[in-house]
Amino acid sequence: MLNSLARLGQVGIGILERLGRGHLLLLGICRGLPDLFPRPGLLTKQIYSVGVLSILIISVSGLFVGMVLGLQGYYILSQFGAEQTLGVMVAASLVRELGPVVAALLFAGRAGSALTAEIGLMKATEQLSGLEMMAVDPIRRVLTPRFFAGFISMPLLAALFSALGIIGGYFVGVGLLGVDDGAFWAQMQAKIDLHEDVFNGAIKSVVFGIVCTWIALFQGFDAIPTSEGVSRATTRTVVHSSLAVLGLDFILTALMFGD
Amino acid sequence: MVESADKQEPLVRIRGLRFSRGSRVIFDGVDIDIPRGKVTAIMGPSGTGKTTLLKLIGGQLRPSAGTIHVDGQDIHRLSNRDLYRLRMRMGMLFQSGALLTDISVFENVAYPLREHTDLTPSMLRKLVLLKLEAVGLRGARDLMPSELSGGMARRVALARAMVLDPMMIMYDEPFTGQDPISMGVLVELIRALNDASRISSIIVSHDVQETAAIADLIYVISNGKVIESGAPDAMMNSSSDWTRQFMQGLADGPVPFHYPAEELAADLLGSSC
Repeated sequence: MLNSLARLGQVGIGILERLGRGHLLLLGICRGLPDLFPRPGLLTKQIYSVGVLSILIISVSGLFVGMVLGLQGYYILSQFGAEQTLGVMVAASLVRELGPVVAALLFAGRAGSALTAEIGLMKATEQLSGLEMMAVDPIRRVLTPRFFAGFISMPLLAALFSALGIIGGYFVGVGLLGVDDGAFWAQMQAKIDLHEDVFNGAIKSVVFGIVCTWIALFQGFDAIPTSEGVSRATTRTVVHSSLAVLGLDFILTALMFGD
Repeated sequence: MVESADKQEPLVRIRGLRFSRGSRVIFDGVDIDIPRGKVTAIMGPSGTGKTTLLKLIGGQLRPSAGTIHVDGQDIHRLSNRDLYRLRMRMGMLFQSGALLTDISVFENVAYPLREHTDLTPSMLRKLVLLKLEAVGLRGARDLMPSELSGGMARRVALARAMVLDPMMIMYDEPFTGQDPISMGVLVELIRALNDASRISSIIVSHDVQETAAIADLIYVISNGKVIESGAPDAMMNSSSDWTRQFMQGLADGPVPFHYPAEELAADLLGSSC
C-alpha cells in the first residue's frame, strides 16, 4: 500500500518536473525571439521545412474531408429539403472545427514528429552540446526559429485546409449532386460570420500551432539521447499533441461558442 | 568578468570535485591541475566519467561539491554571459565530431566565426581555408558531413574547434574507432597544433599507446578518484599494480578479468536461470 502511494507520488513528481522543464524551455525559446530579427533566414528556412513541406498532405486531406462533408451533408440536408444550405454546413464545419483540428493533427503527425526526431538526433549526436561549447545557445539558435515557424505556419495551413475543403464540398455538392451554384455561395456568405466563425477558428489554429510545436520541441530536447529514446519521444509527440489538440478544442469551443 | 589569471597558474584547477548521477558516485574528491601549454591526458577505463569531466570543465554540468577554475575563473559561478564568453576561448572536439549535418564542411568551420565575429566574407573565407589546410582537408570544403569518413569528420571538427584560436582544446576520445592512418594523423595533428598554436590540450582517452606518445602529463582516474599522475614514462613503470595493469593493458590484475559472481561449480549446478 505504502509502496503504491510512493510510486504514485514519484509519478506525480516526475510529471510536475517535466511540466516545469517544459515551461522553462518555452520561456527560453521566447527569449530568443529578438535574435531572429537580424537573421530572418533562420526563420524562413524553418517555415519552409515545417510549413511549406506540409502543404501537400494538408491540401489533399482538406480536399477529401470537404468532399466527404459535401456528400454526407447533402444526404442529411436533402431529407429536410434543405440541401441549398450545404455551403453553410460545409464552411461552418471546416472553418470552426475541422480546419483547425484536423490540420493540427496532421501537422503534429508530419511536422511535429519530424521536429522531435531532428532535435532528438541533434542531441544524440552531440550537435547541441557542440553548439553550447562554441558559445552558441542551442535553444535560441535551434529551437526558437522552429517554434516561431510552427506558430506562423499552423494558421496558414489550417486556412488552406478549410479553403480546399470548401472547394471539395463545392465540387461534390454543386458539381455532382446538383445543388444550386448561387445558393451554395450566397448562403455561405450570408451565414458565415467573420468574427464568430473565421476569427475564432484562426485563434484555435494559432493555439494548436503553439502547443503542437512546443510539445514537439520539448520532447526532442528532453529525449534520452539513444535511438530508442528518440523513437519514444517521437511517439509521445504525436500522442500528446493529438490529445492536447482535442482537449483544447473542447475548451476553446466552450469558451467561444458556449453561450 | 575576471581577466586572464597569472600565467604560472595551471590553466584548469580542479579541487575536491564531487559529482553523482542518481546514487552512482562518478567523482569523489578529485584534484587535478592542467598546466598551460602542455598536452595533458586524462585516462581510465570506460565508464569512469572521463567525458563527464570534460563537460564539468566546460560548464555543461554542475558538480555537487568542489570547484573548477578555468584561467582563474570559477566556471560554475560565472553568469551565463561570462560562461559563454569563456567558452569562446575553449575548443572541444567531441567523440562523434558533432558537426552540424545540414551545412557543408566549410560552413561548419565558419560557423563560430559567423556567430562571434564581424569578419568580412573575404577574411572569413581565408581563415576557414587556412584552418582546413592545417588539418589537410582544404579540398573537402564543399563536402557535406555525411560524405566524410569518421577520421575526416574529426579533423573538420578539430578545424572548427581551433578556428577562434582558443587558449585550450579538449579532446573527447579522439582516437576511438579510427583506422591506423587516421589515428596517426590525429596523433600528429594534436601535438603539432598544441605546439604551433601554444595552446593547452586535454585529451580524454583510454587508448594508452597513442595518448602516451604525445602527452606531457597523464592523470589516471578510476572509481571516482585520481589513482596516479605523472609523465608517461613514469606511469608506464609505475609501482602501482593497478596503473601498470591499465597502462600495459594486462588482462588480469587488480581489475579482475571476471565480473564478480558466485563459484562456477555452484552456478552450473544451480537451477535458476
